[in-house]
Amino acid sequence: MKTSYLETVLAIAGKDLRVELRSRELISVMAIFALLSILVFSFALELDRAAREETVGGVLWVTLIFASLLGLNRSLAQEYDLGNLDALLLAPAPRSAIFVGKFAGNALFTGLVGLLLLPLMTALYGMNLLDGRLILTALVGVFGFCAVGTLLATMTAQTRAREALLPIAMLPLALPFLLTAVRATKGILTGAAEWQVWFQLLAGITVIYFVLCLLLYGYVVEE
Amino acid sequence: MTIELESKPMPLLLRALTIMTVLGFATTLYLGLFAAGTDIQQGDVQRIFYIHMPSFFGAFTAFGLTVLGGVLALARESDKWDKIALAGVEVGLAFALINLLTGSIWARPIWNTWWTWDPRLTSAAVMCLTYAAYLMLRAGIEDANRRRAFMSVYGIFAFVTVLITLFIIRIVPDTIHPVIVGASPQNAQGSFEATSGVVLALLPSMALWLTVMPITLIWHRYRLEERREGLDRLKLKLLSE
Repeated sequence: MKTSYLETVLAIAGKDLRVELRSRELISVMAIFALLSILVFSFALELDRAAREETVGGVLWVTLIFASLLGLNRSLAQEYDLGNLDALLLAPAPRSAIFVGKFAGNALFTGLVGLLLLPLMTALYGMNLLDGRLILTALVGVFGFCAVGTLLATMTAQTRAREALLPIAMLPLALPFLLTAVRATKGILTGAAEWQVWFQLLAGITVIYFVLCLLLYGYVVEE
Repeated sequence: MTIELESKPMPLLLRALTIMTVLGFATTLYLGLFAAGTDIQQGDVQRIFYIHMPSFFGAFTAFGLTVLGGVLALARESDKWDKIALAGVEVGLAFALINLLTGSIWARPIWNTWWTWDPRLTSAAVMCLTYAAYLMLRAGIEDANRRRAFMSVYGIFAFVTVLITLFIIRIVPDTIHPVIVGASPQNAQGSFEATSGVVLALLPSMALWLTVMPITLIWHRYRLEERREGLDRLKLKLLSE
């Protein structure tokens, strides 16, 4: 019996989800980190009402990207440490399906943190972040940088200084997402019409990166 | 026991390219520093432009070769192209730093600051950091096959930052960085017109930095990498004896 592409993806993502449901390790670490981060930002930047409008998008996205780094490191490192990746590679599954499976798990966890941050920041910063457009932007952005992140974390998990290398490798490549997403967020919050341009750019970059990741993933897991 | 490091003689083409680079650099310096007229508003500092813009395009060529090297290294599992990709990153990074530095020197009198967080300046700095990350990541991977595959993938991805730097002026309208070819953004500070005198000094410089110079330097760097590997093999041989 041949397992279909979708079944492979769901099996891998489902495995990550089951591990997470039992241990609740990743999501709690990411959530607590995200909470700490927005508190630290509000102290460090001494945000008053006017400054908040300017910076809230930046705080949201920097927090999300750093939180995703935590999750990505763990998610791929555990595959290597327990030898599970070798098993995945032995299975007659397309490499890109392994990528999509791992990516789906990471994007889900980071997306959940994002959905948690929006109401939290709405309450703490006194600004309405629970906007349909903003939620859409957040989901697309998370989708995009989790794709690059999954690819890069697979690479850095195989190096000596893995935890240290992932941010160095990922932050420059995540910058296009940060740039467009922050601008789109700011546009939505201030009611400027130009948010659509930024959102389209963000979506475009996301598609390009995701396709590149699909095509190239096979090369970074091959022995 | 005598130990000899194998060394290939320098190919004739590389010699010719090297001479062309040196002569070409001297000529374009003369054109930019003396032959071209002084800008009526900015004065002599405008002459830095004859290095500033070409150096970015030199980096563009070098990083482009990294992409080509990466694709071929992946497709053919070729170490040769992997070395070319590495050489492209190092040469391109040097060019990109020249680009940042010259821009900074120009900006001091014209914008009255060494640096500003303008979209294009930021993206150029990010581009440099991306390629610096390439070198750090590369140093962290010991297995040669793995290194080839990973760095090829990263080199292909990193090129996105080069494209962003190139096109950000057209996408983000609130930059103060002037555009010399085509219409400048509204807020651009320090534009000047591309008169025939400017073009006359710029074109040879562009041609040199875009083609001959990066290719020559990358070729030299590639040969250096080959010799370094030869040295490693020799050390290994000595140890095993």
